[in-house]
Amino acid sequence: MNIPDSLENANRNNPEAKGMALIQIAGLKVVFSTRSEKIRAVDTVDLTINEGDTLGLIGESGCGKTVMGMAMMGLLPTNADISGIIRYAGKDLLTAPESMMQKMRGREIAMISQNSANTLNPVMKVGDQIAEPLLIHHLYSADEAKKEVIRLLGALGFEDPVQAAGRYPHEFSGGMRERVLIALALICNPRVIIADEPTSGLDAEVKIEILHLIKEKVTGNRTLFLITHDLGTASFLCTRLVVMYAGEIVETGPTKEVLSRPFHPYTKGLLASLPSAGLNTIPGTSPSPSSLPAGCRFSERCIAAMERCRKEHPPMKEVGDNRQVRCFLYD
Amino acid sequence: MIELEEITKVYSRGFLRRQKTIAVNNVSISIKRGKTLGLVGESGSGKSTLGRIALRLIEPSSGTVRFDGIDLTRLKGSKLRKLRPRMQILFQDPDTSLDPRMTIRECMAEPLIISNRAGPEEMEDRILGLLGQVGLQSDLIDRYPFEISGGQKQRVALARVLSLDPDFIVADEPTAALDLSVQAQVLSLIKSIQKKSNLTILFISHDLQVIEQMSDSIAVMHHGSIIEQGTPQDILHMPMEHYTRNLVAAAYGSDAWLGKIKDLRAKS
Repeated sequence: MNIPDSLENANRNNPEAKGMALIQIAGLKVVFSTRSEKIRAVDTVDLTINEGDTLGLIGESGCGKTVMGMAMMGLLPTNADISGIIRYAGKDLLTAPESMMQKMRGREIAMISQNSANTLNPVMKVGDQIAEPLLIHHLYSADEAKKEVIRLLGALGFEDPVQAAGRYPHEFSGGMRERVLIALALICNPRVIIADEPTSGLDAEVKIEILHLIKEKVTGNRTLFLITHDLGTASFLCTRLVVMYAGEIVETGPTKEVLSRPFHPYTKGLLASLPSAGLNTIPGTSPSPSSLPAGCRFSERCIAAMERCRKEHPPMKEVGDNRQVRCFLYD
Repeated sequence: MIELEEITKVYSRGFLRRQKTIAVNNVSISIKRGKTLGLVGESGSGKSTLGRIALRLIEPSSGTVRFDGIDLTRLKGSKLRKLRPRMQILFQDPDTSLDPRMTIRECMAEPLIISNRAGPEEMEDRILGLLGQVGLQSDLIDRYPFEISGGQKQRVALARVLSLDPDFIVADEPTAALDLSVQAQVLSLIKSIQKKSNLTILFISHDLQVIEQMSDSIAVMHHGSIIEQGTPQDILHMPMEHYTRNLVAAAYGSDAWLGKIKDLRAKS
């Protein structure tokens, strides 16, 4: 097997490839079947992520954003009924055998999972945990892997990386543990990073440090797919936003434009709910994914809802440059 | 209404309890009736400890807590128990503050029965009235906590707190586990109820933006001490302490685009 000198130098991120479609999602549906009901967690999602994109998927708990990330990693549980297409660099991930997915995970697409005390193995030194993917993918020998881990921990702001590698997860603060999770995602130098709420549970100051770290060390030439409900985080890291509501995409566009001139009434409501915008509330609650309304899924809470909105389901519509919205107001 | 005077709390541990951790260090705060004091600080700064001391859920090592002129730190037994309904706490995580084996009806009835506030025949009406006050539908009453959403659970917790007609509430990060739009709903609900029943609130949060919206005055806590206190205007626009400046920058710095939203709202 051909082992590159350093994964960092392995020029897999060909600059010419930047801007090409890397991940194509079409008609993606994820339905969880329980004994009594069918839960439509993700419903007919179409999304193209280009090489080098920094894309933010925003939405509230239960809207299906984490399920999207899990589907891209091929990590959904067996009671999930998945249909549609997820194509990565031309290969269809949904029909791919598990052996191929194992080769992809970590090496091509890696995940920074939600920072919680139980994400890392509590009885394994963090250095060994970070080295594990290198050894599983047979990229390095054990000695080389150790060196690479220490080099990476140093690059991610650990003052004494040798000592840090020998510690257990509980010996770190939340912010330091987040750095370990970032190291774990970056160790095989993947092309795509999926980050699921990378800063939840961190104090404001630590959060800013981690966001800067992600911007400097993670993005670069890499493609970032950020899953978050925090608009501040999304606006800091992402150039494009995708707003999800009740399992479907309701608005997409360049971050600055979506945030300064939101089109969909839900996006507008979300921005007005921010404490700094004066806590204006959206009435009602999100519909349950097991009993979705027939028309627009936001219609029951929408102040601009028309007769038509309750009967017909609006399609995604191009509105202006690079912007799409799922709303009859823009017909 | 509520006065904390020179409160200190020291935890001892280790061999002969010689290792000391000072959780709260000589803190004095007071809140006037019907007002909200926002207590902001990062995790481990001692703000939750202080909130619990204010209700005497934790004993301070030294200092005095006065509630409506009564020295809480000296009260015992039935006298203290009599005051308990007048001061309540709203916790961060409704999953752990609601008993998972009780329906909403049972959970709501418990404080009403204990405090003799409603007999069996009027119980149903009382509970429905309280649920209505926090914007919950009556069909929720026979469900279990796991069958309702996080926002609804926090509303139930709030309804339960309100059922005792308290004068003083400690709200300890009540919306940290909630989504943005749900957070806005719960916070404006707390505000409107405060207006109606002249509640005094100690509002604890690490989110300066939430604190700004909720508080009449703000106290900044760092390593167990209050390092700065003032109106939201002063703290946010003229922070004196270096630490507060960092806190403000961290809370508002990455959200520079928010300024634009404010402008937009002002225009429209």
